[in-house]
Amino acid sequence: MIQTGVARGTLADAERGTLYRVRRRVTFFARHYPLGFAGGVLLMMMITVAILAPLIAPYDPLGQDIPNKLAAPSSQFWFGADNFGRDVLSRVLYGARISLYVGFASVGLATVVGMLIGVASGYLGGVVDLVIQRVVDMLLGFPGLILAMVMVVAIGASLNNVVFAIAVVFAPRVVRLARSSALSIKEEPYVLAALSIGASHIRIMLRHILPNALAPVFVLATGYLGTAIVVEASLSYLGLGVPPPHASCGNMIFAGSRGTLEAAPWLSVFPGLALAFVVFSFSFLGDALRDAFDPRLRGT
Amino acid sequence: MSVVLEIEDLRTYFDTEGGLVKAVDGVSYTVEEGETLGLVGESGGGKSVTALSGIRLIPTPPGRIVSGRVLYKGQDLLELSLDGMRHIRGRAIGMIFQEPMTSLNPVLSIGRQLTEPLITELGLSKYDANARAHELLASVEISDPERRLAQFPHHFSGGMRQRVMIAMALSCNPAVLIADEPTTALDVTVQAQILELMQRLTEERGGALVIITHNLGVVARYADRVNVMYAGKIVERSSATAVYGDPRHPYTLGLMSSVPRLDLPVTERLVQVDGQPPNLVDLPPGCAFQPRCPYAQEQCLEAVPELMQTVDNHYAACFIADQLGAGAKAGQA
Repeated sequence: MIQTGVARGTLADAERGTLYRVRRRVTFFARHYPLGFAGGVLLMMMITVAILAPLIAPYDPLGQDIPNKLAAPSSQFWFGADNFGRDVLSRVLYGARISLYVGFASVGLATVVGMLIGVASGYLGGVVDLVIQRVVDMLLGFPGLILAMVMVVAIGASLNNVVFAIAVVFAPRVVRLARSSALSIKEEPYVLAALSIGASHIRIMLRHILPNALAPVFVLATGYLGTAIVVEASLSYLGLGVPPPHASCGNMIFAGSRGTLEAAPWLSVFPGLALAFVVFSFSFLGDALRDAFDPRLRGT
Repeated sequence: MSVVLEIEDLRTYFDTEGGLVKAVDGVSYTVEEGETLGLVGESGGGKSVTALSGIRLIPTPPGRIVSGRVLYKGQDLLELSLDGMRHIRGRAIGMIFQEPMTSLNPVLSIGRQLTEPLITELGLSKYDANARAHELLASVEISDPERRLAQFPHHFSGGMRQRVMIAMALSCNPAVLIADEPTTALDVTVQAQILELMQRLTEERGGALVIITHNLGVVARYADRVNVMYAGKIVERSSATAVYGDPRHPYTLGLMSSVPRLDLPVTERLVQVDGQPPNLVDLPPGCAFQPRCPYAQEQCLEAVPELMQTVDNHYAACFIADQLGAGAKAGQA
């Protein structure tokens, strides 16, 4: 579409409809952050593949085929087969499902809970703030992985417990960020203006503070998606994550490293590559989003 | 005319690291139905704190309302529960703030922000609220309300945002509209439009308007009565014409002579009010204005002058208010 400089104003955009605006933003993002855009595209592909895993996977990920155990990668088993003759490609596809589910669910839970607590803490201040912040200090005192391990050991290893444990690791960081945003936003004149026409504190928090504190938290959360997947893989590797026989990148790498690493490296290598792929995509996207949202870095 | 809002001996203090700041120290005034009241004074004089105390939006701590009564139609607002107070805000007393650029939430559309109090406070349906928002935008002279309602604050200029703020403050039809420096951030042509608009709307609705400002021109043009504040106290009160024509407090006199006049030769230097506004933590003894006052006498150091009537309905807090009027006239002659 040919445009003159004048026609590029925001008003003209508003009249062109949502689809046009979305398309222009995506084009802008792709042009200025090619790496992040590539990460986004890869992620989309992986999410699609993970969702469609039952349709794409050539074999049942749990189906054992003993005669073909430890089969090398071939046209029949693209990524080889493991010590029970299960197809590694199918297991990786199903493993990606679990990884992405854990990533999104745990970060989503941490973000929602962390935002609410953080905004309340910053807005209400006083004793509420003091108590919440000391609890946050305590949780931040543990290294993330150790905390997640302790949580899983305490509540037992299952898919949703892993999600919960990882959320507990990330929530305090979200709380801190949301609180600091809330502290500055609550001084904005529109908060006073809203109070002056009779808005309640709950309304102020949910309607005025929370949406304005969203952008930095959103960026942080994108960055944490990759980390959450690594934490899940680490937990699974240590036997504290998704319980076998279900596939997850972590427990597949562990299974492959138990005595068969030299004879059948593909058992660990392919899930490892898949994991690296996902995490890199998330980091690239996260970095690009952070730069795009941070006005100080914009244009550099 | 009946009194809508009556403020009696209001004292609002702030506990700061430097000490106790008596931002509002015994202020009393009334707002009558249909009038435009001016509240004038320099920065830090307690004008805004007086207004915010009235709707109990003083940040606590460090601020606290120590004593006084704020009577709205005979009901003391300072004794209401927090929830009861919430319903007074917007409905009884509406407020417009100084910074139109930041008084709107940047992430919500204008329509959303305008209809929200209508839905939650007045219980209108979404459809009715939208229609009312439409009317409100039209009444503050914003063209094409349909399109404007869907837009966001960054699509609006400063003057238009202030119009939206006025629409919002009027949405729940308050009896008293308090405008705290409503035009300070706007350029001069827009200032006049906004003030005319506020005055017209006040007349049409039959409510009262309180304009808080440091701009003497604004008060002269729009206010019926004026309260001059200095260091947390009202130092002079009268009709706008009397305050301008016959100021009875040295501070008001100083303010008047510091404004350039079109009817005097331009070669003359403007007379300034010497010195700095007082440190509210450590007020001078006696009258707070005494260190800067060209007429200061022995008694000004010893006692604080009360607000007293000099001539008809003209009050001043100065020991020599009676002589000042005559002196000013002699000076002009």
